Amino acid sequence: MTTSQNSTSNDVNHLRRITLIWIVLSIVGDLLYWFLVGPHVPPGRMTSTAKANQFDFNVLFLVAWPVLIGIWEYMLYAVLNWRSGKAGVPESVGGPKAAENRKLQVSWITITTVVVLLLAVYGTVEVVVGKGSGGGEGPNPIWQPAGAVKAETAALAGSGTWAPNSNDVLPVQVIAQQWKFTYRYPTFGGFESPELILPNNTNIAFDVTSLDVIHSFWAYQLEVKADANPMENNVAFTKTEQLGSFEVRCSELCGIWHGAMFNSGSVLSQSAFMAWATKTEAANAQNTQYLPPFAWTYTPDANGASGGYYPDGNLTPYSAVETYGSKQPS
Amino acid sequence: MTKGGRLGTVLGLFLVAVGLVVWAVASFLTPGVPGGVVNFVNAQAKGQPVNLTVETVGSIGFGAHPTWVSYLVKNPTTGKWLHDTSWQLPAHTLIHMTVYQYDSGSPLRNQEWGQVQGTVGGTATLNGKTFSVYNSNTGNGVGHTFAIPQFNLSVPMVGVIGSATLCGVAPCHTSAPHNTETFSFMTPGPGSYNWQCFVPCALGYLYGNGGAMSTQNYMGGEVEVVQ
Repeated sequence: MTTSQNSTSNDVNHLRRITLIWIVLSIVGDLLYWFLVGPHVPPGRMTSTAKANQFDFNVLFLVAWPVLIGIWEYMLYAVLNWRSGKAGVPESVGGPKAAENRKLQVSWITITTVVVLLLAVYGTVEVVVGKGSGGGEGPNPIWQPAGAVKAETAALAGSGTWAPNSNDVLPVQVIAQQWKFTYRYPTFGGFESPELILPNNTNIAFDVTSLDVIHSFWAYQLEVKADANPMENNVAFTKTEQLGSFEVRCSELCGIWHGAMFNSGSVLSQSAFMAWATKTEAANAQNTQYLPPFAWTYTPDANGASGGYYPDGNLTPYSAVETYGSKQPS
Repeated sequence: MTKGGRLGTVLGLFLVAVGLVVWAVASFLTPGVPGGVVNFVNAQAKGQPVNLTVETVGSIGFGAHPTWVSYLVKNPTTGKWLHDTSWQLPAHTLIHMTVYQYDSGSPLRNQEWGQVQGTVGGTATLNGKTFSVYNSNTGNGVGHTFAIPQFNLSVPMVGVIGSATLCGVAPCHTSAPHNTETFSFMTPGPGSYNWQCFVPCALGYLYGNGGAMSTQNYMGGEVEVVQ
């Protein structure tokens, strides 16, 4: 047997051994991750978008783990078997000879290209199927759950309704202001509350806007994140699937009390939510009558204290176009 | 330098470095109470209600920003007014709050803050009259709010008539036009909380939220609740 044949045979053995170890470690690692770690990965499974996000994260890990373990394994294998001090190890080969391995090059380019393209397609499909995956889609969402247009249109017209077991989309307006989120429920008379309470098993349309600077509504456990821009309605969708509490934070640096701009919220059973909404609507009735009619955006007043947010005819608004109601009730 | 000298220098520098690290870590782990905090914990017997008295003024009249709007607090021990918005309160204690509001008002940017929230009974008093909601589009409007978001506490401070001669240098005397509001709330467990005004009242700043609204010791501060 020639030296060349010996070398090739050894290379094949090394490759086989490395591949076998890699396959075993990849499968074992992926299985352990999928069953032991995957179900506990944030953001949890409180909503459809959170569940999808967890699933996506786990899928990405399944893809990434073999790559990671492949690199580690190769490094360790090389150190143990091909370190220069070891007897019988040939001098390292570089230059044109290394560049001749077309098979290796083609395999590398093909595999990485396929992986990246598959992940790109997968990510796109997940965004479409997940109705925007809980991200803000702007004022005219491309993807939305069935019934969303009807519910949003009715909300704006003041004729929206929601009841347990109705399967209707529930619009909830998120109003950001320095430094607090408040929430309006247009299907319950348009009352406003500092509490975010949601019914379970319900499609929610979050209409996110701001009264001043740019904020960002981030309900992590719900996997909903939408920038709150003044004069913009940024719509995000999710479907609640689990009872529990969650936290809302502003994720856009918005001023001195940005760090304190958070609150907790709850997903209740549909009947409990209905009881809360009805009770709060009644309790807030007096204040609600002083609120302007429900609208998607509100006109900020650049003059601050010298001008009111709700134009009452005596004040000069910041914008020439008023989008939030007209003259206030006296 | 001798070998012993070099060793001593290295050892000395090492000890200084270790000391700095220990000091930095200890400072980080024990933030304590910032200097200048107004202590309401020792002002009365443990478990007894605490009286917290503050005033709001349209222009404080002194200091680095004499034209800025500000809150002031009455020292519970000396009775003197202090320009200090960091307060220390006892945990799980009833706080009786009195606010002397010397500033004018306007319609609220968000009428949500016209509603009294988080107080005992969900009400406050305005010049002796109980109320739970104030329509900021009427009357003199609302000048400020006193809110501790983490307590779900928010009370509108109704403005005085803007055409009157308002107090322009704090502390103000009660002979100046003002409204007196009172309300009570319970403190939660120990922790650091923030309080703030929700009316964008920093005149001359975009959206009214710069200046006094974005600077400690004017329209917001810290509440350190301790056991």
